[in-house]
Amino acid sequence: MLRLEKRPTPSKTWSYATPVLAVVLTMIAGGILFAMLGKDPFLAIKTIFWDPLFNEQFASYSRPQLLVKSGPLILIAIGLSLGFRAGIWNIGAEGQYIIGAICGAAVGLAFYPMDAWFIFPLMVIAGALGGLLWAMIPALLKTHFRTNEILVSLLLVYVAEQLLASMALGALRNPEGGGFPGSRNLKQYEAASNPELIANSGMHWGIVAAFIAVIATYILLNRHILGFQIRLTGESPRAARFAGVNPTALILICMGTSGALAGLAGLFEVSGPAGQISIDFNQGYGFTAIIVAFLGRLNPIGILLAGLLMGLTYIGGDLAQFMLGLPASAIQAFQGMLLFFLLGVDVLTNFRIRFGKVEAA
Amino acid sequence: MDLSAINPLVLIASLMVAATPILLAAIGELVVEKAGVLNLGVEGMMITGAICGFAIAVETGSPALGFIASMIGAALLSLIFGFLTQVLMSNQVATGLALTLFGLGLSALLGQGYVGIKPPATHDINFGFLTEIPVIGPILFTHDIIVYASLALIAATWAVLKFTRVGLILRAVGENHDAAHALGYKVVRIRILAIMFGGACAGLGGAYLSLVRVPQWTEGMTAGAGWIALALVVFASWKPLRVLVGAYLFGGITVLQLNLQAAGVAIPVEYLSMSPYLITILVLVIMSSDRSRAALNAPASLGRVFHASS
Amino acid sequence: MTSLLTLEGLTKAYPGVVANDDVSFEIAPGEVHALLGENGAGKSTLVKMIYGLVKPDKGKMTLNGAVFEPAEPRAARAAGVAMVFQHFSLFDALSVAENIALGMENPPKMGDLAARIREVSETYGLPLDPDKVVGDLSAGERQRVEIIRCLLQDPRLLIMDEPTSVLTPQEVEILFKTLRQLSAEGTAILYISHKLEEIRSLCDGATVLRLGKVVGRCNPREKSASELAEMMVGSALTPPSRASTDFGEVVLEVSNLSIPSPNPFGTSLKDVSLTLRAGEILGIGGVAGNGQDELLAALSGEALAPRGAVTLHGNDISQMGPTPRRHIAVLAAPEERLGHAAAPDMSLIENAFLTGADREDLHKNGFVKWPAARAFAEKIIEGFDVRTPGPHNAARSLSGGNLQKFVIGREVLQRPEVLVVNQPTWGVDASAAAAIRQSIIDLAQNGTAVIVISQDLDELMEISDNFAALNEGRLSRPRPAQGLSIEEIGLMMGGAHDMEVAHVEA
Repeated sequence: MLRLEKRPTPSKTWSYATPVLAVVLTMIAGGILFAMLGKDPFLAIKTIFWDPLFNEQFASYSRPQLLVKSGPLILIAIGLSLGFRAGIWNIGAEGQYIIGAICGAAVGLAFYPMDAWFIFPLMVIAGALGGLLWAMIPALLKTHFRTNEILVSLLLVYVAEQLLASMALGALRNPEGGGFPGSRNLKQYEAASNPELIANSGMHWGIVAAFIAVIATYILLNRHILGFQIRLTGESPRAARFAGVNPTALILICMGTSGALAGLAGLFEVSGPAGQISIDFNQGYGFTAIIVAFLGRLNPIGILLAGLLMGLTYIGGDLAQFMLGLPASAIQAFQGMLLFFLLGVDVLTNFRIRFGKVEAA
Repeated sequence: MDLSAINPLVLIASLMVAATPILLAAIGELVVEKAGVLNLGVEGMMITGAICGFAIAVETGSPALGFIASMIGAALLSLIFGFLTQVLMSNQVATGLALTLFGLGLSALLGQGYVGIKPPATHDINFGFLTEIPVIGPILFTHDIIVYASLALIAATWAVLKFTRVGLILRAVGENHDAAHALGYKVVRIRILAIMFGGACAGLGGAYLSLVRVPQWTEGMTAGAGWIALALVVFASWKPLRVLVGAYLFGGITVLQLNLQAAGVAIPVEYLSMSPYLITILVLVIMSSDRSRAALNAPASLGRVFHASS
Repeated sequence: MTSLLTLEGLTKAYPGVVANDDVSFEIAPGEVHALLGENGAGKSTLVKMIYGLVKPDKGKMTLNGAVFEPAEPRAARAAGVAMVFQHFSLFDALSVAENIALGMENPPKMGDLAARIREVSETYGLPLDPDKVVGDLSAGERQRVEIIRCLLQDPRLLIMDEPTSVLTPQEVEILFKTLRQLSAEGTAILYISHKLEEIRSLCDGATVLRLGKVVGRCNPREKSASELAEMMVGSALTPPSRASTDFGEVVLEVSNLSIPSPNPFGTSLKDVSLTLRAGEILGIGGVAGNGQDELLAALSGEALAPRGAVTLHGNDISQMGPTPRRHIAVLAAPEERLGHAAAPDMSLIENAFLTGADREDLHKNGFVKWPAARAFAEKIIEGFDVRTPGPHNAARSLSGGNLQKFVIGREVLQRPEVLVVNQPTWGVDASAAAAIRQSIIDLAQNGTAVIVISQDLDELMEISDNFAALNEGRLSRPRPAQGLSIEEIGLMMGGAHDMEVAHVEA
C-alpha cells in the first residue's frame, strides 16, 4: 500500500522534474484521448509538438506564430504568478485583458486619423491602466469588504465580455464598416499599430514586454524585499504580518500588477495580431495563462518556458485540426489535463512515497 | 417598449425554472464546503453534466436517463478533483480551476455531434385540477419533476445537516479535520463522498440547463452559472434554506432582465445581460462585509489541506 | 491485583527515529499510573497506540486478559479505553452536546444526551451547559467537555494527556478530586505529564520514558521531584542563575490598553496596564486563550493599539507596525514557531531575514543582501547551538527545540531594548529549555526589559522578577515573583472560575 510522508525540506530535484513529468504524462493521456477519437495518437502528438517548428511545409508559417501566441500567455502568467505566490487569486485576467484592449484601442481610435509618435505609447498606458483599474475592483472589494477575489474577478470576466460586445456593436464600431460589428482595423492605422518588429519572427512589442516582465519579475522575486514579502505572504500569512508586511498594500500591488500586465497583453493583441475590437476578440488567453503560471511553477523562467510550450499547443492544435480533423476542443481538454497532472505529481515535491504497511489512521 | 407584456405569474413560474440549475449546483457545493472542501470546479462539472445528460437523453430518447447520466458523469469528473485534493493533497483553488478548464474542454469535445439538435422533451407533472387554482396553480403546479426534486433536496439537506448523525459528522469534518481524525472519523473518505455528491448535484443542474431550460447544447452554455452557484453559497452563509432564497432571487433577476430585453426596454441588451453578474458581485460584497456572521458560519477547515500525520 | 492493561515490548519506528523501543508496563484497575518523560520521549506515540490511532510495529497489548489490538479509536473506545486529548479534538462551532455525541459510538437522542451530560457533570463536580457553543468556553471548560465525553462511556481506562497545562492551580485541585473519585470507583487512569509535583501527589505508579525507552519505574510518592527529574532527563540540570536584579529606568509603559478581538472566538484585551524597567523580567502567566496572543500582537505591532496606550521612553508607539517597532528595538517572539515566528518552508536564511532585515542591515534600497542574511543566520545557528545541517534547510526540518532556539536567538542577537516572548520553551526538551531561559536572563542582565508570557508557572517563577496573570483579557497587577504562593498565583489567574460553587453543592 502506498503511503505519503512529508519531506523535511521540499525537494529541489522534484520541483524541476515535476513539470516535465506532467508534460510526459499528459502526452500519454492525450494520446489515449486522441486514439479514442479515432486519430493516430503518435501522429497527433507529432503534429502538435513537432511539426509547427520543424516540418518544412508548415514551419515557415507557424514558427513566428509561436511568439505571437506565447507572448500574451507569458505576459499575463507573469502577473498572475505574483498574486498566486502570495495567495491572492486573480482568475479574471481574461476580463482585464479585454478591458485593456478596449481602453487602448479607444485611445488610438480617438486620434484617428491623426499621425503622431505619441499615440501608440499613450495606447500602451491606457491599456495597462484599463487592466489595472478592472483588477482594482476585486482588489478593493477584498481589502475593504473582505469579498472573495476569486469569485468577483471571475464574474467580472462575463461583465467585460458584455462590455466588449457593446463596444464592438456601439461606441467603437467602425463608422465605415457598413454596419458590421467591430472597430476599425488598427493595423491599417500606422500610428496606432503594433507591427511585427522583425520580419517573419512574430516579434512585436508585446513579446518585448513579456521578456522584460520575465526579467523584472525574476529580479523582484529573488533579490528584492517586495518579492520576499510576496513569497512570505503566500507561505505563511501570519508570519508575513509578524515580519511587518502590509497585507492590504500587497493585495493591491499583486492584483494591480497582474491586471496591468493582462491589460497590456490585450492592448498589444488588439493593435497587433488581432487588429480590431470585435465580439469574439478574446480567445481565452486569460484562462490558459493560469495553466502557464502553474506549469512554470510560478517561477519567471519556468513561466517563459511554459508559455512557449502552451503557445506551441495552440499552433499545433490548429495544425492538427487542419491536418487530422482533430477538434479544437480536444486541445482545450488536453491543456486542462496538463494542469491536472501537474497538480497531481506536485505531491512529489513535498512528500515522499513509501511502500509499506497501512497505517491505522 | 411594452412592459404590460410581462405577466407576473408566468414570471414567477419561469423564475423557478431559471433558478433550478444554480439551486442544484449550489446545494451540492454547500455540502462540499460544509465538509471543509472548496471546489471551484462547479462550472466544469455543470457543463460536463449538461453534455452527458444531453447526449444520453438524445441517444436513448429518455430525459430521465439523461438526468441520471449527468449526475454520474459529473460525479466521476469530481472524483478527479477528490483524488487530487484529498489523496495527493493538491491546492484546492488551483485544482478547482483545473477542473473547470478541463470540464469546458471535455464537454466541447463530447458535444461536437450534438450542436443544433433538439432534446426529447421533459414533461411537466400533471397535477390535474390543482393547476386550475388561481395564482397558486400556475406558479406551483406547472413544473417538471426536477424542480420539485430540487426543492426536496434543499429540505433534505437542511434536515440531514441539522438533525442526523451523518450531518453532524460532515460538519465536524469541515470544522476541524484534525479533531475528527483524532476521534477516528475517516476524513478523506467522507470528503470524497461529499465531493461526489456535489459533483452529481452540479451535473444535474447542468443537465437541467441543456434539457429543459434552454433546451439545446452549445459550447460553454453554462456561462458562469457555476460561479454564481459558488457565490450563492457565500450569500447563503452556508445555510441550505438561504440557498433557496438566493437562487430564486437570482432566478427572478435573470428572468426579469430577459423579459425586459424582450419588451424592448431602452437599455442596451449587453447591459441587461451583465446585470446578473453585477448583482451577484453586489450581494457578495454585502454578505462579506458583515464580519461576525460570515466568519461564524464558514466551516473553519474550508480549503485547508489535511494530512494525517500519525 | 491482576492488571487491567499490559504492554509488552511495544515498538514503533518512524523514518529516522524510533519513537518507542521495547516499551512494557502494566496498569491495575483503579490505579493512577503516570507516564513521565520529556517532550519527544515517545509518550504521545505510546498512547496513540493504546488508543488505536497508530499501529505498533512490534509488541503486544493485553486488556483484561484478552489480546488488545485496536485498529482504530472506535475499537479502543468499544473496549473501554477513553482519552482526553491535549489538543485537537473539539469543534469550536458545534455545541457541547454535539461535541460529546461525536465522541460516542451510539449517542442517545440529543435531548436525552443533554440530560445525561447534566447528570454526569453534577456527579463529578464538572458543571457544563450542553447547549453552549464550545468556541465560547474557557480552556478549563473545554477540558470538561472532553472529560465528560469520556465518562459517558464508562471507561475502564482513562488516558489523560497533559491535562493540567490548561488549568489554574485551583482548577487542578478540582480535577484531581474528580480523578481520585474515578480511581476509587475502579477506573484506571494513565496520566501523562512532565510536571513532577503533580505526579507525586496524584499517581500510584510511574513509568519513565526517555528517547523512546523505559528508563525507570517507581512509586512517585517515594521519590523526590529532583530524583524524578533526573530519571526523566538522564542527568542533573543546573537551574538558570542570575547575578543581580538592579533595574534601570522605566522603558515600556502600557496604560489602559483595550483591543476588541477581530474574530468571534478570540479574546479581547481589556484595560491592560503595566510598566517595565530596563533589566526587568516580567512574567505573565495565565491559562491558554486568555489573551496571550493578543497581548503579544499589541506589543509587537501586529495589532495596532489605541493612541497613547503603548509608550517607549514616554514616546507613543501604539500606532507603529512591526517594522518601525523593530527599528526602535522593540522585538518579539510569538508562541507559534511554525507559521508565525517562522515560515515553515523557507530556509533559515530567509527566516533570519524575516525579522532581521532592518536591524541587521540586510537590505539596501529594497534589494536583499543575501550573503549578509546568510551570515546572520549562521551567527544565530552558531551562537545558540541550533542543530541543523546548514542555513539552507527549511525551518520545518528543525526539531521544536532547535527551531525555538533559532527564533529566540534571532531576536536576542538583534540587541533588543524590549523583548516580548510568548511560551519560549513550549514543547522544547529540557536542555534546550534551560539554554533558552539562560539566554533570556543574560539579556535582562545586560539591561534589556523582557516580558515572558508563559503557561508554565515553574518557568515563570524561575526567571521572573515580577509576575502578573492574564485572565479573560485582563492583566492582574504585577507583583514581585519572590514569595508568591501557588494559591496567590492561582487567584491571580482567575481561581477556579465557576467551579467551586458546584463542588459545594456536590
